[in-house]
Amino acid sequence: MVLVVLENQRGKIHPFSLEAVAAGQKFANELNCDLSILCIGEKVDELKSQAQNFKASKLISAKNDLIDMYSADGYSKVLSDVISELSPKYVLVGHSYMVRDFLPRVSAKLSIPFVSDIISVDFNSGNPHFSKQVFNAKLATSIEISSDQALLSFQSAAFSSDDIEEGAPVSVEEFNVQLSDSDIKSNSEPEFQESSTGVDLTTAELILSVGRGIESEDNLPTMQSLADAMGAEVASSRPVVDMGWLPPYRQVGSSGQVVSPKLYFSCGVSGAIQHVVGMKGSKNVLAINKDEDAPIFEIADYAVIGDVLEIVPKLTEEINNSK
Amino acid sequence: MKIAVLTKAIPSYESTIRVDSSGSWIDESIVNYVVNESDSYALEEALQIKENAGGDSEVVVVTLGSENNTSKVIKDGLAKGADRGIFIKNESSTTDPLTVAKIFADNLKSENFDLILSGLQSDDMGSGQTGVLIGELLEMSTATLAIETQVEGDKIKVKRELESGWFQWVTLPFPSSISIQSGINEPRYPSLKGIMGAKRKELNTLESSAEPQKQSFVNLYVPKNEKVTEKIEGDADTIVAKLMDILKNKLKVI
Repeated sequence: MVLVVLENQRGKIHPFSLEAVAAGQKFANELNCDLSILCIGEKVDELKSQAQNFKASKLISAKNDLIDMYSADGYSKVLSDVISELSPKYVLVGHSYMVRDFLPRVSAKLSIPFVSDIISVDFNSGNPHFSKQVFNAKLATSIEISSDQALLSFQSAAFSSDDIEEGAPVSVEEFNVQLSDSDIKSNSEPEFQESSTGVDLTTAELILSVGRGIESEDNLPTMQSLADAMGAEVASSRPVVDMGWLPPYRQVGSSGQVVSPKLYFSCGVSGAIQHVVGMKGSKNVLAINKDEDAPIFEIADYAVIGDVLEIVPKLTEEINNSK
Repeated sequence: MKIAVLTKAIPSYESTIRVDSSGSWIDESIVNYVVNESDSYALEEALQIKENAGGDSEVVVVTLGSENNTSKVIKDGLAKGADRGIFIKNESSTTDPLTVAKIFADNLKSENFDLILSGLQSDDMGSGQTGVLIGELLEMSTATLAIETQVEGDKIKVKRELESGWFQWVTLPFPSSISIQSGINEPRYPSLKGIMGAKRKELNTLESSAEPQKQSFVNLYVPKNEKVTEKIEGDADTIVAKLMDILKNKLKVI
């Protein structure tokens, strides 16, 4: 049996979880086994009603007042109990921040390996291998498991929620959750959003994104001039924000905004995984980078191997002259 | 308060990464090893917590790996202000996060740390599990992606980063293992005095043997290009002329 765990994102099934459902159905078909879907914790009934239309063997809910609010303590305990009782071969989830927070605890409690951030699966006639990016996405690896069970998290877009087979669960069950106050050591407060004075990059048609390859904060005006000439919004990778060169609301990636502009023009961005998940839906990607091995080139339509600080001022001038 | 900071030596961004003849590891001889970026933020956070706590607080920098790659990492931590170092020697390229965490937990258990800080993930393996795994193995409270910390008596309050601009405060009892998001602070540079003083600080080397792994690399490979990529080459003027053509005529964005 394979088990998919659904995550609640403010009242809706997390988009990564939908992709995990598609993955679960594919696993069940390839491995000729049952698929169970688990709704856990916060707003479990809402999750359950949204999961009614997925083809699956079982739809299970795990409900308890103590996990109405997410905590790593509560979720890891309950999921460990579910796994111990149902013995799924694979547990499938999206590689979300919540999963990163609690799933390693399950791995350690049960001594089951956790392969995280998987980009593709080779079913390899019943003995699946899992690919993930390593060495800052410059290489990929194929991973094999030597254990009866494994926890697997998938990078966004490893599977597509468009491939979900509709249907209905054959049975609907409630898991008998055993939790006491002493199981929850931490105290979680409600989620909140910082008041942002920022820009909505998700609706921008043209984005000029800058990475650490621009070398210095002093070069930002040069980049801004190109953005102005093109009518593009300026965005950035995480290091640029961490160094305080640009405000957090300019950041694209797993901890920033997810964008899909007509053109994503990246300047000196290496293309670390955390950044790429935020921009790989762009219709066109044009990348300038000095390093020909930069992973950004793997998803670029146009690859310029060169010095961004030499090319950008000249390009700005040309664009302005052509107006 | 007794604080451990887990740091890892990883290939620098600029390093050329090539698969070695075994096909399942990289050619380490052409790689320049540096401190994993988010671990630098974890160290800075630990030093600030120690400075605020005062008393007989202690920061211990811990690393695991081969002697050749990691020596710089420990020296860097001591030079920046860590009080002592623990080097867990492991010459095998262990990649299973659970195996790595068990080695850490076995070697750190007797230290009874109040707090273990780690970077949110290593930029080489990117599993992002070690800190949480160790926390569970040592029966500590855990939190990840901390973007702010506040010590409050026998508890630590952590602002966790969630996705797309959302946050959450979590209060955890000590002992606690917390992974630190990059950008939480401004990591200091080592002072000359710090660099000189580092040589006199205690460095404890522990041996660890190759442990069985439940997940392992079959091979390493250069990822296939997902798109048909047009390479634009030449001197700057040629490149600019080609870019103008693409922006104007192909993409029609200017």
